[in-house]
Amino acid sequence: MIYEVFRQERKGQPFVHGGSFHAPDQAFADAYAREFYARRQESVALWVVPREQIVEIDEFPDEFDLKYRRVDGYSIKARLAIARERAGSATSPGTDGG
Amino acid sequence: MSDARTAEFLEFVQAGGQVETDDWLPEEYRKRLIKFIEMHGNSELMGVLPERDWILRAPTLQRKLALTAKIQDEVGHCQLIYRVVEDLGKPRAQCLDDLISGKSKFHNVFHYPTRSWGDVGVIAWLVDAAAIISQKALLKCSYAPYARVMKKVCWEESFHILHGRDTVLAMVTGTPEQFELVQEAVTRWWEPLMHFHGTPIPADEDPMLHWRIKSQGNEEARQQFLDGYVPQILELGLELPDPNLRKNEGGLWEYTEPDWEKLTAVVTGHGPASQERLAFRRLSRADVDWVSRVMLPEAA
Repeated sequence: MIYEVFRQERKGQPFVHGGSFHAPDQAFADAYAREFYARRQESVALWVVPREQIVEIDEFPDEFDLKYRRVDGYSIKARLAIARERAGSATSPGTDGG
Repeated sequence: MSDARTAEFLEFVQAGGQVETDDWLPEEYRKRLIKFIEMHGNSELMGVLPERDWILRAPTLQRKLALTAKIQDEVGHCQLIYRVVEDLGKPRAQCLDDLISGKSKFHNVFHYPTRSWGDVGVIAWLVDAAAIISQKALLKCSYAPYARVMKKVCWEESFHILHGRDTVLAMVTGTPEQFELVQEAVTRWWEPLMHFHGTPIPADEDPMLHWRIKSQGNEEARQQFLDGYVPQILELGLELPDPNLRKNEGGLWEYTEPDWEKLTAVVTGHGPASQERLAFRRLSRADVDWVSRVMLPEAA
């Protein structure tokens, strides 16, 4: 069976994929993971997962162009300038909110 | 259709894009990846044999432990790298079969015998230094799973280089006989080291660069090696066996043209220790075959 290893370098950091190996069962997988990925204390924690248990999803269609959910879906510069002008609070260029 | 797809793929990788195992890969790209990465895996495995000979002969307990740790690293690299090859479609057992039958190759430097403890120091220092230059250039490989493995490999190699340099320093600061052992080893290893990065094939004719499997040309890698290590060798009072070796005004190293036919002969199994090493690998494979069958029936 193939096991995938994810390692955390320091506490608080995300787990990052390290590599994979063959092992006959979880006990051997644990031992191999320690030897391959932590024998010099280069990891503080490991996730050792049978490859077949990993579900990969890699297609994310955006047919409806749902930009209103993203930061790049908004451009407030022009409206902000008008609003400031109306309120009489227009300041020198370069200090607005972008 | 397939040509347009290949062209699009090429454009992507040439712009620095990286691909994953599950992505569509052109057949030629996959074949070149397998051949290249498999040879790297083979070299890690064969590379431990010259060092293995010295575990029992290491001069101190500390050196013995360090050498054993280095060997464990190299076998670990082999395992990781063969996994990358397996995911590209060639099983590990097939890699091991092709290695011992002589069908696939391994790096030139592992076809030579080790004569003294001086060789062990010079290999760990200079052979690993040459290797890390190639491996660092693979961190940008267009095939992402290989590039990721290379991060771990490079990190461990830096310990090997320091261990080698420390071994060499201990000997050059020792007795005249010890200094002489290092000098002899440097002289012996200079030709294989000059061969190591391959023929100076122009970058635009190198298929490995074309597919961005490598990000550095052969000669560029050799120049980087000479630039980094010739001064470090000479400052110890050691001599290099090439009277034409010098850095020209343009900042490039000039050297006597290595015998490239000899390199071809060595890597095709005609090096001084090629057959002995392969015979030993066959013996090991037969010896541990039962372990593979018990432990990993599906992978054996």
